[in-house]
Amino acid sequence: MVSEVKIVSGQGIPLIGNDIDTDRIIPARFLRCVTFDGLGEHAFADDRKALNGQHAFDQAKYQSANILIVNRNFGCGSSREHAPQAIAKWGINLLIGESFAEIFFGNCVAIGIPCLTADADTTQKLQEILTANPQTVITVNLETMQVQCGNLTATVSMSEGARNMFISGSWDACGQLVSQGKQIKETAGKLPYINWSLATV
Amino acid sequence: MSKGTLFDKVWDLHTVGILPSGQTQLFIGLHLIHEVTSPQAFAMLRERGLKVMFPERTVATVDHIVPTTNQARPFVDILAEEMMQSLEKNCQDNGIKFHNIGSGNQGIVHVIAPEQGLTQPGMTIACGDSHTSTHGAFGAIAFGIGTSQVRDVLASQTLSLSKLKVRKIEVNGSLKSGVYAKDVVLHIIRTLGVKGGVGYAYEFAGTTFEQMSMEERMTVCNMSIEGGARCGYVNPDKVTYEYLKGKDFAPKGENWDKAVAWWESLRSNESAEYDDVVVFDAADIPPTITWGITPSQGIGIDQFVPTSEQLPEEDRFVAQEAYQYMDLAPGQAIKGTKIDVCFIGSCTNGRISDLREAAKVAKGRHVANSVKAFVVPGSERVKKEAEAEGLHQIFQEAGFEWREPGCSMCLAMNPDKLEDRQISASSSNRNFKGRQGSASGRTLLMSPAMVAAAAIKGEVSDVRDLLN
Repeated sequence: MVSEVKIVSGQGIPLIGNDIDTDRIIPARFLRCVTFDGLGEHAFADDRKALNGQHAFDQAKYQSANILIVNRNFGCGSSREHAPQAIAKWGINLLIGESFAEIFFGNCVAIGIPCLTADADTTQKLQEILTANPQTVITVNLETMQVQCGNLTATVSMSEGARNMFISGSWDACGQLVSQGKQIKETAGKLPYINWSLATV
Repeated sequence: MSKGTLFDKVWDLHTVGILPSGQTQLFIGLHLIHEVTSPQAFAMLRERGLKVMFPERTVATVDHIVPTTNQARPFVDILAEEMMQSLEKNCQDNGIKFHNIGSGNQGIVHVIAPEQGLTQPGMTIACGDSHTSTHGAFGAIAFGIGTSQVRDVLASQTLSLSKLKVRKIEVNGSLKSGVYAKDVVLHIIRTLGVKGGVGYAYEFAGTTFEQMSMEERMTVCNMSIEGGARCGYVNPDKVTYEYLKGKDFAPKGENWDKAVAWWESLRSNESAEYDDVVVFDAADIPPTITWGITPSQGIGIDQFVPTSEQLPEEDRFVAQEAYQYMDLAPGQAIKGTKIDVCFIGSCTNGRISDLREAAKVAKGRHVANSVKAFVVPGSERVKKEAEAEGLHQIFQEAGFEWREPGCSMCLAMNPDKLEDRQISASSSNRNFKGRQGSASGRTLLMSPAMVAAAAIKGEVSDVRDLLN
């Protein structure tokens, strides 16, 4: 389950707005499910309906995009992983934004989707380029932490730990965590509450 | 870098090691699961041939999808029934304790764990639900996670995380009459913004929080995430210990004394260093209500919807979106806004003290004709306690519906929903577009007492006019 993420390239899709929450990314009624299958078609369902075909996710020119450009505090609210899953299943495999909500960011890491931050000026310029010329290719390099789009070259950032996970292909931490069984039990053994707070069936 | 805070101490005690990525592998003392964010996690475990490493440290309940009227099985909603069956089977197959409907212990996950004494100071607590921050009220480090992380906790009882910074939010003084814990947290979020807390744990300190009950502290910590902070906490004290003593899973006998001594040692040191400190005066906090589409778009009950010019430049974009969606004009008074639906409940305000405060307002009065009002206790225990006190009668005589426990219209994954453009006065935590089940439905967040006042008057009202 290891796969390195170093360079992501492709077409971009601009989604303008601050504080876009996970209820908007995937409304709660679509969480009535036991798998993540089929969530892609419901990404931004209510926003898309309200905009009557004018939402970026509905515009023909962005249908082959794989890089989503957002603004401030994207993915705030509920911890539902259904939100990044819906975006991923729609076709996105990297996001650039001014800032991301923390749980959303962590959920994206866990499914192998980098969320990179850039300053407000850069995200706005990227959105402008993609609005004017939807076919412009974007290339993001996680080793040099640079984004290149048309004539624009800019710096992007990400916490060092998360970046290392993508570059080394260890963003799926499960195997690594499980392999520390002995140390986990030692840590648990030192916690005073471990024996007085059992919830046995 | 913070030093000597409760957050630092609990983080260090639970650190298993540093992963090659540089992130911390953190042990999770208590894992709570529910029907929405766990089925895929169990499926991932099965795909990888992994087992639950510490089944006794995971506790399950069902809350988001349960109907609050007819709870007979199978549920009318076949998708909800499928989720329910999936949770029942996963718990049974993996030896996980499940508090099912009718057990007497079912309820909203963030209500039942504290009331059973599962939530304790000094623990790390994770749950696939952003309002897990609630449990920080006990001096636990508690935060929401996604489904892949639920898988990680099931498989290893640990998570891969980056350490947070710590901001101390100090509020001092006594709250004025008609001002509740909900107003305090709405005021904090209104001041610091919805993303002000990103990257931080919030330590709520000062005399205002010291004077609060555990349930009030839970209301405040619950909404930390609405300010962007993944977790929020209050240092444990006598109020915490009094609440915990005698609860089902609280330590007993000599373990109790050992526990209290340990909990005391975890409190932030007098000399603790914080990454940031913000100070508020309780006297400045009015009954607070949101007017927009994010929890930071709040104002005092006597104030007016802010004009674009009154807002910082960076907040104007969302404000424009909010004026349009809410159909509220800049400069308009919030008081007097007509209300269609009143909802009292949720993990923010569905506990017994919340129902008592709302009942004080409802007693001897009647819900306005134009309003549909309902009360949803946070758990089966809360419901039982409320009925023993006769609160259900007060509500019913006043024209409120009295429902079965669940998340209800907070997020409307169940039959409780707004319709079309309806506007609700809600004691829940989120006023996002479409949050309460209608893509064009509107939500005004406020304290449960203010919701009761809105129900009686049929419009946004100042609860202080109805007290005494």
